[in-house]
Amino acid sequence: MNAPAYNFAYLDEQTKRMIRRAILKAIAIPGYQVPFASREMPMPYGWGTGGVQVTAAILGPQDVLKVIDQGSDDTTNAISIRKFFAKTAGVATTTATDEATVIQTRHRIPETALNENQVLVYQVPIPEPLRFLEPRETETRRMHALAEYGLMHVKLYEDIARFGHIATAYAYPVKVNARYVMDPSPTPKFDNPKMDNSPALQLFGAGREKRIYAIPPYTQVVSLDFEDHPFEPYRFNAPCALCGAENSYLDEIVTDDKGGRMFVCSDTDYCEGRQAAGHHGSLSAAPYKDKAQEAANG
Amino acid sequence: MADQNLVENDEPLLVAKSLSKSFGRINACRDVSFSLYPGEVLAIVGESGSGKSTLLQMLSGQLAPSAGHVSYRMRDGVTRDLTTLGEAERRFLFRTDWGFVHQDPAQGLRMAVSAGANVGERLMAVGWNHYGRIRETASDWLTRVEIDVARIDDAPRTYSGGMRQRLQIARNLVTEPRLVFMDEPTGGLDVSVQARLLDLLRSLVAELNLAVIIVTHDLAVARLLSHRVMVMKGGRVIETGLTDQVLDDPREPYTQLLVSSILPP
Amino acid sequence: MTAMIDITDAGKTFTMHLQGGIELPVVRGVTFQVNPGECVVLSGPSGAGKSSILKMIFGNYRCDSGCIGIRHRGKVVDLATAEPRQVLNIRRSTIGYVSQFLRAVPRVATIDVVGEPLIANGMSRADAQARAGELLHRLNIPERLWQLPPATFSGGEQQRVNIARGFISDLPILLLDEPTASLDAANRAVVVELVAEKKRQGVAMVAIVHDDEIRHLIADRIVDVTGFAAAA
Repeated sequence: MNAPAYNFAYLDEQTKRMIRRAILKAIAIPGYQVPFASREMPMPYGWGTGGVQVTAAILGPQDVLKVIDQGSDDTTNAISIRKFFAKTAGVATTTATDEATVIQTRHRIPETALNENQVLVYQVPIPEPLRFLEPRETETRRMHALAEYGLMHVKLYEDIARFGHIATAYAYPVKVNARYVMDPSPTPKFDNPKMDNSPALQLFGAGREKRIYAIPPYTQVVSLDFEDHPFEPYRFNAPCALCGAENSYLDEIVTDDKGGRMFVCSDTDYCEGRQAAGHHGSLSAAPYKDKAQEAANG
Repeated sequence: MADQNLVENDEPLLVAKSLSKSFGRINACRDVSFSLYPGEVLAIVGESGSGKSTLLQMLSGQLAPSAGHVSYRMRDGVTRDLTTLGEAERRFLFRTDWGFVHQDPAQGLRMAVSAGANVGERLMAVGWNHYGRIRETASDWLTRVEIDVARIDDAPRTYSGGMRQRLQIARNLVTEPRLVFMDEPTGGLDVSVQARLLDLLRSLVAELNLAVIIVTHDLAVARLLSHRVMVMKGGRVIETGLTDQVLDDPREPYTQLLVSSILPP
Repeated sequence: MTAMIDITDAGKTFTMHLQGGIELPVVRGVTFQVNPGECVVLSGPSGAGKSSILKMIFGNYRCDSGCIGIRHRGKVVDLATAEPRQVLNIRRSTIGYVSQFLRAVPRVATIDVVGEPLIANGMSRADAQARAGELLHRLNIPERLWQLPPATFSGGEQQRVNIARGFISDLPILLLDEPTASLDAANRAVVVELVAEKKRQGVAMVAIVHDDEIRHLIADRIVDVTGFAAAA
């Protein structure tokens, strides 16, 4: 299966070394954006070129790789990146969160708790959390250097002024290790608490913007907020329609053109695991034994 | 008599000593020295190219002088040389104890952000973390600069020129600075709008006991706002004194020319 | 008794740089004193330099020579050489100036225009307004005008507002430049009364008055400035 035409994991060793140096620096300064010489990859920007380079630089022959896109293992993006590394590095791949050693992700953190032997690699489109209000890179770098983060609260203030609450629902800014304000990539704010004090190493790669940053294991990650408008992870009104999970992040699935819809776990591996273990939701294909009983109970 | 403003042997807030700046062979500013006391309004007047803007930049620590230095008495009472301040300290000073009112409000405001957030930004920058209190303080300041509180959530790009300038003033004063730099604050405004702004500035300056260094080419602005005037020409201060003294009894040929060029009110 | 104003050999010359640098001597050798509770009226034909002397005492015109001693908080300060800051302090707590014309502040209500010198020296706004009201009343400014800015008033009304503003504070020195110029007989009488009150309070005054009758009523001493006229 190993295609001899490619170096292991596609990138040449010099490039991987350069990226690893950037990663080490990023781990040493949690939340700080380290510039790196991002390479052209055989996929367009916006398809995870940053994450792919980080994964290529850290992948070893013994690693087991999982790739998710919006929590799902079976979207085009996830499948092609998984196949890419299977072909260029010959590593084992998996869809099971607890079997993986490296998980590359776009826009989600798996529901299953991560462990110390795992690395989570995020694909990042815009690494600069201050960019929304300050277009000058020289100025945002200076603001990070001097920890001038009043502007970040300006963004949250604007949310409350306009919507009555902090309406930022994804890419919700966090402060890492009580120092750098960081964009967690466009993950839903639902996932923000999972970043805090996580046993797994978290690496962030932005290919187009040429930045790498990191959250080392067991690092404090705090979502920004106001005293009178505290951070609230998004809550859903209903459990997953397939597995009945009440504490997972749900996707809306349109089921017909008459307004029919269902809400299911965005983490497909988690949802399938629960169903296999006998959990069921209101719309699951499997017979739902307790349904009648639940109706009777009210 | 309750005259806390009038203590005569207090210390200066800002001292400039032999400030000079040259750009290559051009001497933009030569050997300027003065002291500014708390609550004092100093106008720097002169034509464009006289060096007044260069001087203002040096005084506010945005431009390093070629020679001489500026010292400032910080809130803790310690007088520091501005060039020895770290960038973090200087920027902190700039958003707490100092204000800077630009001629073009677009330079001093975030045009796409609501008026409330524009005023609240400095508070958030010094660690205010209570939305309700930030908004209350912002509303209070909008009222003080005569902006309808109903406009608090509108971005300044929907404001008129005069409103923008008043908003810029509120944004600067919200942290109760002791010193405000102003660069032609009434520059691009209609005459009637100018009068209102000057009137507002006059009362705020007196009420808050602000020290102000105002750069203007408009002698009427200097007369209305300032206690003291420095007349600049060719990078030098050619005449200085009480504002009414300099304007009613100008000594230098250039000052006489400037004064005689004003249309009668 | 110690003089409040003690002028010795003061002189002033204008140099008109725009007219080829011609020198325009105004006054020289100006020497006189004013004691507390005394009103000195300057006399002389127009152009003799009466207004210039008044402006020199206020620090508005600079002195070229001599000394202008002002008793400021128990100490004598030479205004001819004082720092700008000191001059401002002297104006705030020692010397008041009632000019002929009101320099109107565009949007401020009359009652606040009059009360401002008291507020500047620390009095509460309510107290200052109460005292301003009393004075405006005496000077026959109808109460319905008090909340309006004086810019729209007639010349005579503006002058009376100006007088009220000048007389309201408790400064120990007052300079009066034609305080009765455009007033009717009734209001002139009020001004004479106000001056008399200031004298009783020990205020030292220097005035320029063209009206002979008023001059006799208020002057304790007349200083003829023709003696100070500088030979051109």
